[in-house]
Amino acid sequence: MELTLWTYEGPPHVGAMRIASSMKDVHYVLHAPQGDTYADLLFTMIERRGQRPPVTYTTFQARDLGGDTAELVKKNIKEAVERFKPKTLLVGESCTAELIQDQPGALAKGMGYDMPIVNLELPAYSKKENWGASETFYQLIRTLLKDKVSSSEKINPLRWKELGRRPKVNILGPSLLGFRCRDDVIEIQRILSEQGIDTNVVAPLGASPNDIKRLIDAEVNICLYQEIAETSCEWLKRNFGMEYTNTIPIGIKNTIEFINEVHKKLDLPLTNKKELENKSKLPWYSKSVDSNYLTGKRVFIFGDGTHAIAAAKIAKEELGFEVVGLGTYSREMARQVRATAKDLNVEALITNNYLEVEDAMKKAAPELVLGTQMERHSAKRLGIPCSVISTPMHVQDVPARYSPQMGWEGANVIFDDWVHPLMMGLEEHLIDMFKHDFEFIDGHQSHLGHTATNTKDFLNSDEKKEKNSKEGIIWTESGRAELTKVPFFVRGKVKTNTEKYAILRGIPEISDETLYDAKAYFS
Amino acid sequence: MSKVEFNKETGPREVFCGLTSIVWLHRRMPDAFFLVVGSRTCAHLIQSAAGVMIFAEPRFGTAILEEKDLAGLADAHEELDRVVNDLIARRPEIKTLFLVGSCPSEVIKLDLATVAEKLNKRFLGQVRFVNYSGSGIETTFTQGEDGALKALIPLMESSNEEKLLLVGTLANNVEDRFKKIFRNLGISNIESFPPRQSTELPKIGKNTKVLLTQPYLSDTVRDLKHRGCEIISAPFPLGIEGSTEWFLAAAKAFKISELKVHEIISPLINRAKLALKSHKEILKGKRLFLLPESQLEISLARFLHNECEMDLIEVGTPYLNKDLMKEEINLLPDNTKIVEGQHVEKQLDRVRESNPDLVVCGMGLANPLEAEGISTKWSIEMVFSPIHGIDQAADLAGLFSKPLRRNQILTSKTLVTH
Repeated sequence: MELTLWTYEGPPHVGAMRIASSMKDVHYVLHAPQGDTYADLLFTMIERRGQRPPVTYTTFQARDLGGDTAELVKKNIKEAVERFKPKTLLVGESCTAELIQDQPGALAKGMGYDMPIVNLELPAYSKKENWGASETFYQLIRTLLKDKVSSSEKINPLRWKELGRRPKVNILGPSLLGFRCRDDVIEIQRILSEQGIDTNVVAPLGASPNDIKRLIDAEVNICLYQEIAETSCEWLKRNFGMEYTNTIPIGIKNTIEFINEVHKKLDLPLTNKKELENKSKLPWYSKSVDSNYLTGKRVFIFGDGTHAIAAAKIAKEELGFEVVGLGTYSREMARQVRATAKDLNVEALITNNYLEVEDAMKKAAPELVLGTQMERHSAKRLGIPCSVISTPMHVQDVPARYSPQMGWEGANVIFDDWVHPLMMGLEEHLIDMFKHDFEFIDGHQSHLGHTATNTKDFLNSDEKKEKNSKEGIIWTESGRAELTKVPFFVRGKVKTNTEKYAILRGIPEISDETLYDAKAYFS
Repeated sequence: MSKVEFNKETGPREVFCGLTSIVWLHRRMPDAFFLVVGSRTCAHLIQSAAGVMIFAEPRFGTAILEEKDLAGLADAHEELDRVVNDLIARRPEIKTLFLVGSCPSEVIKLDLATVAEKLNKRFLGQVRFVNYSGSGIETTFTQGEDGALKALIPLMESSNEEKLLLVGTLANNVEDRFKKIFRNLGISNIESFPPRQSTELPKIGKNTKVLLTQPYLSDTVRDLKHRGCEIISAPFPLGIEGSTEWFLAAAKAFKISELKVHEIISPLINRAKLALKSHKEILKGKRLFLLPESQLEISLARFLHNECEMDLIEVGTPYLNKDLMKEEINLLPDNTKIVEGQHVEKQLDRVRESNPDLVVCGMGLANPLEAEGISTKWSIEMVFSPIHGIDQAADLAGLFSKPLRRNQILTSKTLVTH
């Protein structure tokens, strides 16, 4: 048993949902109790998507357990197929369904449909979200391409020359709930296009099962997010001989290295090599005298594997920071993170436990933290500025503006985001919901701590009655007590309004009733 | 009884599970801690639903079951012991620890009652342990509170003192208002359940008169009855009408004259009517569809129709206790369509067909409906916001008028939304 107050990754079936929701013409029947439907809000609220995820939950109840839950699974599969008419069906189970062993995937396969059915077995008690996403993507590709494995020749990365066309690549790994994936894809496609390289398929984001079947029309795979795409890239290499890239184009140096790697694999000469270094403002901004204060700034990095490794390299080589801590929650990426940490002479922190991360952060005493939303909170408590570089996704990580992390524009975004220490303040949508809670009322300290305004001067006055406004209005005990219950961030306004109302009505003493009268008057 | 049309629906549902109620319960009782014994999904659920990230140290957590815990139940009990020890060492201020069952712990039949019993002996005088289930196979959303309160009842001492017991979690300021009004009516002995401190449980007995503040407490009510408490039958204190009837029902139980009640609350009603006016202008004649989520739907429908003049298309509720809801149902307009349970797809088909002006729904459905051009209101706001009482009637109406007002503003600027 693992005690946790906070988790960096969801369960593996949420990873599967990320793949299903990223794609077109795919539907996922998930054998799960009703509580598991919360996962929809990750997509509709956090990603602000205007569509529900293509997921049908069986939502079995305790009373179903005595009966035939297998029939319930079949009924839901039938309804989902009729209603949504998917081109490929994913079938799986969440943690609770795994225990009752209905084997929904096998049931689905026995129902006589002629569409491809992917049976997802995602062990919920040992694996997590990124693994689930990776496994789902891999199983989907395998299912849709397995017919072609024996008939296909190995793909020669140079065949584009014989075919007399521009080279084509697939971009693999971007998905919903991935950190800035939407914009990374645009940026990378643009960069490749400038170099004379076409994009064959982007997957899973925006791809359909038909697109998956077309993956082998490309010469090379771009493995953009290793957490999600590496297993698939490896399978495509083993079965079709497709080469894939290892460099993640985050930061100037990595973007250049990435372009070189793609060219090398395709035996394609660089068309505009000289221009590359001037494509982003980061190198000059970093060199400009204004950036002198960045020299040797101590930075602590924690996040998913892909972004943490990239951040470490940029911090050291492109911004002149000193990396004093590096870690990840992605156990699948532990080896690579350890190697990067070793190069930087720090010990890698591989953990799920945010308190361990906070402790390490405290010990390292950095001047800047690059982490997840959790580290932003830990850093705030420690009074350290922080920039968010990694999932888990938060509504703030889905900005309206174009904001990639990869490529030239990504480097610009990173320069701004890291250098302007984030002043996150109040997350309004949450605060609004919780504004009546005692955390925001005197005597209790939230993470806002010392920054929260204090009204001691007015509320804790020794005098029972105090003339506290120019007009001689008096706040009675009950009025004062009621005012303390108003959240601090609107208290000033309530106080002013109430006094205005009292003056208007010629009321000399403000009681709790006056406060409510004023509230009603102004509402 | 009005001619209300009752329907039952079964099929895939889209409702939070009972674990979610931890989010407001832990804020009500700051000396309590809620430990979910469940899976990574449970941890992820309360994290996602609660947005716990804005708080430094939430008073809830999850003991995540791992493969080895499933292998042998004896081991799971030992593991739970270890986790509880760690937790109490880290949070010595905890006075009551709720062990909260989840879907997986229910399915593997983890006996949390026995665990709680053992822990109670070990931590005697320091921490009290209680257990209940918030699992999605047994409970929806607000039913979690019912389970938590029911679990506390055996700890409540007996007393024959006459008192008014307000049952159901309220915002503190609302509770204060209610108590003040009751005192003005002449009822001086008033307590709340749950209390603000988990250790300050009210004493109950045959002279305890229970007034429910929330409609989702069926099991709690049953157990309070078993303890001899008298349940005052009333609608729920949402809006002017509901609150007035609620005060009147309490007054009747305490043999206080109706006249006295009207004398005390009519100034409140007058100012609430004034405050309601601007919201009513927006809501009047608008067509409302309530999807099932919080069990507050019937009371909300009654308020929005009777006081804000909205038209009701369909009133969904995840679960209907006709007995507890009797007074509410009596106040509904004729031919109100109530649908208990859910088939989310069919229900959404009906939403689209009926083209409502406003839909009350869960968070997972809101943005997709907005993208289809349908204004929505999140159910979860009703359990987080102080909406009870006459003084809050306008605030309650405001929750519904705001999305409509917003829609008007944005449409007038010809904003393209999709």
